[in-house]
Amino acid sequence: MTQRTIAVVAAGLGAPSSTRLLADRLAAGVADAATVRGLDGRTPVVEVRDVAHELTDRLLTGFATGTLAEALATVSGADGVVAVTPVFSASYNGLFKSFFDVLDEHALAGVPVLAAATGGSPRHSLALDHAVRPLFSYLGALLVPTGVYAASADWGSVEDGAALARRVERAAGELVDLVAARPARTVADPFAVTDFARLLGGQ
Amino acid sequence: MQLGVFSVGDVTPDPTNGTVPTEGERIAAMVTIAKKAEEVGLDVFATGEHHNPPFVTSSPTTMLGYVAARTERIVLSTSTTLITTNDPVKIAEDFAMLQHLSGGRVDLMMGRGNTGPVYPWFGKDIRKGLELAVENYHLLHRLWREDVVDWQGRHRTPLQGFTATPRPLDGVPPFVWHGSIRTPEIAEQAAYYGDGFFHNHIFWPMEHTRQMVRLYRERYEHHGHGTADQAIVGLGGQVFMARNSQDAVRQFRPYFDHAPVYGGGPSLEDFSRQTPLTVGSPQEVIERTLTFREHVGDYQRQLFLVDHAGLPLKTVLEQMDLLGEIVPVLRRELDAMRPAHVPDAPTHASLVAARDAAAVVAPETVGAQR
Repeated sequence: MTQRTIAVVAAGLGAPSSTRLLADRLAAGVADAATVRGLDGRTPVVEVRDVAHELTDRLLTGFATGTLAEALATVSGADGVVAVTPVFSASYNGLFKSFFDVLDEHALAGVPVLAAATGGSPRHSLALDHAVRPLFSYLGALLVPTGVYAASADWGSVEDGAALARRVERAAGELVDLVAARPARTVADPFAVTDFARLLGGQ
Repeated sequence: MQLGVFSVGDVTPDPTNGTVPTEGERIAAMVTIAKKAEEVGLDVFATGEHHNPPFVTSSPTTMLGYVAARTERIVLSTSTTLITTNDPVKIAEDFAMLQHLSGGRVDLMMGRGNTGPVYPWFGKDIRKGLELAVENYHLLHRLWREDVVDWQGRHRTPLQGFTATPRPLDGVPPFVWHGSIRTPEIAEQAAYYGDGFFHNHIFWPMEHTRQMVRLYRERYEHHGHGTADQAIVGLGGQVFMARNSQDAVRQFRPYFDHAPVYGGGPSLEDFSRQTPLTVGSPQEVIERTLTFREHVGDYQRQLFLVDHAGLPLKTVLEQMDLLGEIVPVLRRELDAMRPAHVPDAPTHASLVAARDAAAVVAPETVGAQR
């Protein structure tokens, strides 16, 4: 069975968090969608909270260490990404933004991404479209049309819960369709060399 | 093996008492440090180049010319000379002049600079940084090797029938190092010309340094300058010493915790683990430094940063006394481990000798070298 890796990035601050809850739902949805399409879908989860200190160090020192380096490599090498943030002050939270700030700026270029967010009420759902979507557009990602937003109420009522499940299924399907249609990811060697004659450009 | 110090030339408040040196005091301190480097038996003093506060190092050849007049033996270098925003013609002239005045005790390290606004201040575009480094250095390389240059490029006004004066001392240009932390193209550039590659890994994990140096070595061989292990490598380093490690850590911690370059980031302990920073006894510094070659191979130049983060001159000079104690050990150990076919760092004398030897062996190739 062809293997594909879809990294799931969850930037909730609590443990447990509703952001992680949604991330796990999406991971399961992606795995199911992959199976239906005859793919072996791996969904490693990066819980950004776990590398928060290293993330701050990375911002200040310029180099990533330990588990942060592993988390960045997981996302940089993935065939697709599910990115989940809580909505803070009308946008993604700082932890989420910091993670994507230190990720190589070309790492997501052309990579299928599913954007998702959580919030206290449904009134914040457009943050997904006016804040999260532009970030991934800037990074050159291939965003799936359906973003998944989950408000607190979606975890309660049967009706809202079922609607959320349908959104998860649809978005996961869109993501896996894009991933399946593309060759497996090959990671560019950061130490690859351009021959100097080309750099000189005929001087 | 060359061992030396390099200075950023920052004016930083001493975090333990708030004392801030004046620019004049800092400049005088740098000269004192350079003279001290010679006195304690170091081989190299290098100054940075910056064009913004809190740095005083905007005019490296002026400083190095003054130091040259007050020293006898030490090699004067830069860390780095901005090949992007300086006019390569002026670099050729300034450093050839310095070479004559210092009796050949000069080499220099090319760098692209790390301060964005310097580019527009000097009329350049930071997005063209790499292109500028390539074009400007190619011109500089020619200006030192061809008496009359016709040249046209994209970033500087053309030259017709131009001769950079004075001509390099004894007809041999200063040796050039190329410094880069993370740009493979610069390692390639150093390899292409058979120049030195300097990795200032003081803020970087050794694993990264290892890969950059390996790339440079492979390409040095590819471009036909010798075997990979004969390539000329330099490393940065950062140490703080006291007779026992506890005192070293206690004395250095306030400077580490408040330095603009590290404050608020990883702890001193984490940073010492992650990077080559070594705070401890002289013996610990010797042992740590001797491990560098296990990652990058036998190398030719080790520079230490000792005078930053607001450390007062008195402390810096004490550090240099301790450096003077460990340098003979480091030099002896590193020279002993280096195989005979791996060269020492080039000096003016060795470059003149190599040129003369080549002339004896193959007179027809003289002057035809790139």
